Parts: sequence; C-alpha cells; structure tokens
Amino acid sequence: MIYFDHNATTPLAPEVLEAMAPYLSGCWGNPSSPYRFGNEARTAVEGARGRIAGCLGCKPSEVVFTASGTESDNLAVRGVARASRLRGNHIVTTAIEHHAVLNTCKALETDGYRVTYLPVNPAGVVEIDALAGSLTPETVLVTVMHANNETGVIQPVEEIARIVRKRGIVFHVDAVQTAGKLSSRLAELGADLVSFSGHKLYGPKGTAALYVREGTALCPIITGGAHEMGLRAGTENVTGIVGLSAALELAAASSQKGGRRLQGLRDRLEAMVRERIPKVRFNGTSVARVPNTSSLSFDAVDGESIVLALDLAGICVSTGSACSTGEPEPSHVLLAMGLTAREAQGTIRISLGRDTRNEDVDGTVEALTEVIERLRSISSA
Amino acid sequence: MTRPPADGGKSGRPVYSGPVIYYNQTVIEHFTRPRHVGELAQEETDGFGLVGDPSCGDQMKLWICVRSGRIAKIAFRSFGCPGAIATSSMLTVLAQGKSLEAAKGITDDDVVEALGGIPERKKHCSLLGVRALKAAIADWESRRAGAKENQG
Repeated sequence: MIYFDHNATTPLAPEVLEAMAPYLSGCWGNPSSPYRFGNEARTAVEGARGRIAGCLGCKPSEVVFTASGTESDNLAVRGVARASRLRGNHIVTTAIEHHAVLNTCKALETDGYRVTYLPVNPAGVVEIDALAGSLTPETVLVTVMHANNETGVIQPVEEIARIVRKRGIVFHVDAVQTAGKLSSRLAELGADLVSFSGHKLYGPKGTAALYVREGTALCPIITGGAHEMGLRAGTENVTGIVGLSAALELAAASSQKGGRRLQGLRDRLEAMVRERIPKVRFNGTSVARVPNTSSLSFDAVDGESIVLALDLAGICVSTGSACSTGEPEPSHVLLAMGLTAREAQGTIRISLGRDTRNEDVDGTVEALTEVIERLRSISSA
Repeated sequence: MTRPPADGGKSGRPVYSGPVIYYNQTVIEHFTRPRHVGELAQEETDGFGLVGDPSCGDQMKLWICVRSGRIAKIAFRSFGCPGAIATSSMLTVLAQGKSLEAAKGITDDDVVEALGGIPERKKHCSLLGVRALKAAIADWESRRAGAKENQG
C-alpha cells in the first residue's frame, strides 16, 4: 500500500509507541489521586507538558491538553466568545477554515454572534486588507488557520497577529496542519491561542493541545473538575499525552530536514503529473505551501472516482479533506479560491509523509495517468 | 460518515448511515469495467437523454437504438462518482433488450438491487441512470410523433 493521505492522519511513530507503552499497562493511576501511585501519572503528564512547552517555546502552564484538534478549536473559539461576551459579539475568520472552526462559528451565529468570513485570493491566501478592514470595536476574536488542510497553502498568520493584537483582539491559529511540518515553535507565531493535534504528527489519535498565552481570557467548554488549569475538565489521557509529547519532540528534531526532503518529492510528483497528464489545474502552487501537500484538479472526472480507482491500485489519496468525504457538496476551500464546481469536483489531495520514497511517487503518477485516461474515456463531460 | 439527514434537513444533523461505507464487489466491478460505455452513431440513435444532478454535479448521457419496440442497443457516458458510473452501467444491462414499456418500469431500487446494494449516501446516484433512460425514451417518443406528423 502507498499511503498518500498524511494530512488526514499519520501512522504512530515507533518511538512514540515505545514512549507510551509503560502507561498502557503499569502506570495506570489517576494523576489527581493523592498517593504515590497517582503521583507517578501526574509526573508523566507534567513531564510531557514541560517537553511540549519546550518545543512550542512557551511556559508549561500555557499548554492545555484536549482530545482532538477539533476540541482545541472549539475551546479557543467558544471559550473566547464566552469570556468576551460583554466586550463584543463579533468574530472574524476565513472562508477556508476547517469545519472545526467554520461550523463552530456558524453555531455561534445562532447564539447571537456576528461572524465575518474573509475571502481568499485565487491562490488560496486570505486577503490581509479585507482582514484589517473587518475589525470593529465589537471584534473579540480573529481565527485563521496556519495552513489549509486541502491545499497546504500557508496563511500570513504572523502578519495577522501584529494587526490583530495591536487592537487588543484575541488571535487564534489552527496549526493542526503545520505542527511538525513547519517549525514546532508555535508560540512564536504571535497568536494568543494555537491548536494542534497528535495524530497529524505521528502521534496517537485522541490527543491534542491548545497553547493559551498567559493572560488570555478563556472560558472552559467542558466543565467539571479543576483539570488543565480549569480550562478542560476530565481525567487526563496520560498515555496519549505522553505520546503527544514524544511525537512533537520527534517532529521538532526533524521537521526542517524532513520538510526539504518532502518538498523535493512533492515537486517531483507535480512536475511528472504536469508532463504526463493534460488538463490539470495545480492549486496553490504560486504561493508558500506546507512541503508535503499537493492539490490537483483534473478536468472532466470526479475526484471520488479517482480516489476509488487509485484505492483499487493500492494507493490511498483523498478528495478534499477526510471529514468531507461522503458529502456531495464541492469543497468550500476550492470554491472560495474561485474554482468552478466542476473543477472542485475533479480535485484530489495528495499528502506525502515521513515514509514516502521516490518509487512511491513514481508508482502513483503511473497509476494516476492510467486512471485519469480511463475515467476520461467514460466521461460525458 | 455524514450524509443529508433523512428528515429533509429539519434537524440539520447527519443521521447514522450504517456500518457499510464501502462499495461491494459487484459495484466495484461495474465501476472498473462499465458495460455499454460509449456513444451510438447518429443513424443508430433513436433516443438520447442527458441528465445532470445539480446536488453533486454528476452528469450522464444515454443513447438508445429501438428496433421492434425493444431497446436493441444502448450506450452511455458518465461524468460522476463511482456510484454514478456503476449504477449507470447496471442500468444499461437491465435495459438492454427490454421492450420500451418494460424499460420504462425500471426503478432506481431495481438498479440498486441488481448491484447487491450501494452505500446509503450513494443511493441518489442510481436516479441519474433511470432518469436518463426515461429521457431517452421520451426523446424517442417525441421523434416518432414528429415523424408521424410529417407523414400526415
């Protein structure tokens, strides 16, 4: 099997599994218990928090563990909205956010919040001028993803941070697709809140965190005990947290060199496709992207048909994002970039990973060439 | 797994769509090796149907050649998802050789049943082929009516 869907999820790194193993069986105490056995688990959780803080470039008290990137996004968006309700009711986001942010903002709209969905240019980059113009005295939160999951296009979050924070508005960045791919020093992006998830960086599923800059007004969305500085109740996922820290440390040690290698493979794949297959649109190639992602739109064929045909050839790719598989609507990200519904329909995402080799790229391009030719021979378009 | 809710969207929530999200072997076989793909020559074409489903952008073209009130030849092209391609292919298999009356009676349930079922979220795909066939038969009927008028 060739696995080219690393933006959906990644395999657990052997080093991460090894780090987690002791906590799957022996050290199963509750970190909040007052005896030594509980304290062993507490030590594991706080050790992991400290190592993660070291990778992010922040204090341990600024790391809040959650159970998914989606939960981190929810805590950031709902948590700020609730904490700032008396100051204002306006939220600014972009048209290309992950559904974790987009649908949370839409839910807040029904609760009386006003949300601005900023447009992106044809390359998929949010319009900074539109962002600056959208801020009002009522604006309490700006939330922009670091890189888009479907196209890999990187957003100018550092520049946005300067504009937004000067106005005293809280800034959240969904870095789920960049943590471990770009720099791991996420606290240096300049945002107040940053989400990232374990299973996108060779860690376990069900693990994630939210960086919360000291002093940021935030309300919990899961209430109960006083876990996680009162921001996220529930007994800590000790094994998962240990795995998350091991995965992030591994990524921090290798992201630069690994990134260059992946970019070489990705660029080679795109060059080969350009050479062999006619009528392809390459999305986001004119701007900075995460090094592992390629978004390709094939004319006159359907993306899901490409995915199934490649699957039968032993190759895993996706249409837009994994979450929207099964939805008949074309990708909101591609439509926001100005693609027609037909172009969006013929789009697949290829996302390479740590284990990708040259021959995987060659084999995939070969299979893809055949698949597109066959599907076009059936197509009525 | 999400798909449009069965209550017509009143709740706005996706509904549970069962454990099977993948295609069965028959569907995959018809997707991989669809039957009757292509077009009929103009002189052979007695009816043509073109339908598109705006909800997912799929499109289908279908040609029929009618001899002695039966579908003697059938051909299709489909721009669509695996469900659309496989159901279109199976529809042409069911329709081939049938009398026009019998062909008109083919339902999307017949197509899905012949394929041994398709994932719940793909059920609407089977409508495309059935509608294209109905459109092609309607086209044949209007051509015949036109020809009779010309004779009269």
